[in-house]
Amino acid sequence: MERSFFDWILLYIDKYGELFLQGTGITLLLAVVGTVAGGVIGLLVAIVREIHIEKNDILLKKIVVRVARVILGIYIEVFRATPMIVQGMVVFYGLAFGGIHLSPLAAGLGVISINTGAYISEIMRGGIISVDKGQTEGALSIGMTHWQTMLSIVLPQAIRNSLPAIGNEFIINIKDSAVLSVIGVAELFFQSKSAAGTYLQYFPAMVITCVIYLILTVIISRVLRYIEKRMDGPKNYKVDEKSELEYVLLH
Amino acid sequence: MKTIIDMQEITKSYFIGHPNEFKALNDVNIRIGEGEFVAVIGESGSGKSTLMNIMGALDRPTEGKYYLDGIDVGQEKDHALSGIRNRKIGFVFQTFNLIPRMSALRNVELPMAYARVPGRRRAERARQLLEIVGMKDRMSHQPNELSGGQKQRVAIARAMANNPAIILADEPTGALDSTTGHLVMDIFHKLHEEEGKTIILITHSRELAGETERIITLRDGAVIAELAGSGKQGRTA
Repeated sequence: MERSFFDWILLYIDKYGELFLQGTGITLLLAVVGTVAGGVIGLLVAIVREIHIEKNDILLKKIVVRVARVILGIYIEVFRATPMIVQGMVVFYGLAFGGIHLSPLAAGLGVISINTGAYISEIMRGGIISVDKGQTEGALSIGMTHWQTMLSIVLPQAIRNSLPAIGNEFIINIKDSAVLSVIGVAELFFQSKSAAGTYLQYFPAMVITCVIYLILTVIISRVLRYIEKRMDGPKNYKVDEKSELEYVLLH
Repeated sequence: MKTIIDMQEITKSYFIGHPNEFKALNDVNIRIGEGEFVAVIGESGSGKSTLMNIMGALDRPTEGKYYLDGIDVGQEKDHALSGIRNRKIGFVFQTFNLIPRMSALRNVELPMAYARVPGRRRAERARQLLEIVGMKDRMSHQPNELSGGQKQRVAIARAMANNPAIILADEPTGALDSTTGHLVMDIFHKLHEEEGKTIILITHSRELAGETERIITLRDGAVIAELAGSGKQGRTA
């Protein structure tokens, strides 16, 4: 009997629904851990790369900062200039070559975090640079030290400015974590391929996968947009110009 | 009259690639007594901002001595400088530089927090200061809910928070229309007359400078003239 397209879809959902769900769970785990850990890595890297060397700093500080800058520069360059699918292979098989045998999931989590960290560090650096210089001036003027200014004035504003771009990284991670299937991470694409393989009907299986990815990214991008709006505060401020006049009349 | 700012042969140079050296300030001598209201004027590029940064202990001179209320600023470490800025100097900027998403009250309290003033005293003093600058009704508003003149008044209240010896105002009316600008100047006059504050106004406007007691003119990093101002009565518009 010839099965129609919809028969195949129903068959896959019926027989392998759980597999698809497990895959979805792993995909979400990769995206969440990758973005959060990548965010922390990116923030730290950006802070180190933005440390300024002053003329009267001690020699040791100058050397440490310079060396750290070179190393972090290489890290960012390498991870942004090579495909994550290759990074996954190099890290997973490279570690195994050196005698360290990680599970595919552990290696996958590591790779996606380090990869995302490279991108987010540049996003954060942009965020730090974009904070108005007057904020630093103002903070220093009220008696904050350089570090206090950085930690309590510049960074919170920088992180806030970077949030839309970091949200975007999260969505990218949901999709791009699929490449980690090459080292055997049982995420959504990997599971779909296994399910498809049993009947060799790839088209219906991949349509299901496609729809799951779509649902994930659409819902998450809506949620992120909502959060951004909430963080912006109320849209219509009422700037009260009248009080200038009141002030003239009162004094 | 006690001298509160004593700048002796101050030079600030920047290296703009060897062998060039650019002197933003060249052998500047300025003495300002306690309770004076002084204007520093000059075209853009005359060294006003560099002078303000050194006066405000935000930067150190390359050569020369600067005594701020008897303290040799050039010798102090970064940490000590932040303490000096906190206690001795109140800054007012052209662009206000209030901290966003923090109410006017919190903005005024902040310098006191860094001076370890206890919480309740902080709020009380912040309220008083905001009342002095006529912002009693806007204390819980955030900077982006305030107009330019209102923001500057909050900034002045913030500058006054730790009862500093000096108020250093860099183009405080530069971003305001002339009516609002005059209101801000009125507050400075009030602080000068009623509280005896030393006020240093950095501006490119001769009109505003004329309202002070003494006008120091900078050109190409050097003081070229010192004239007496005519005070508040000298307002032309």
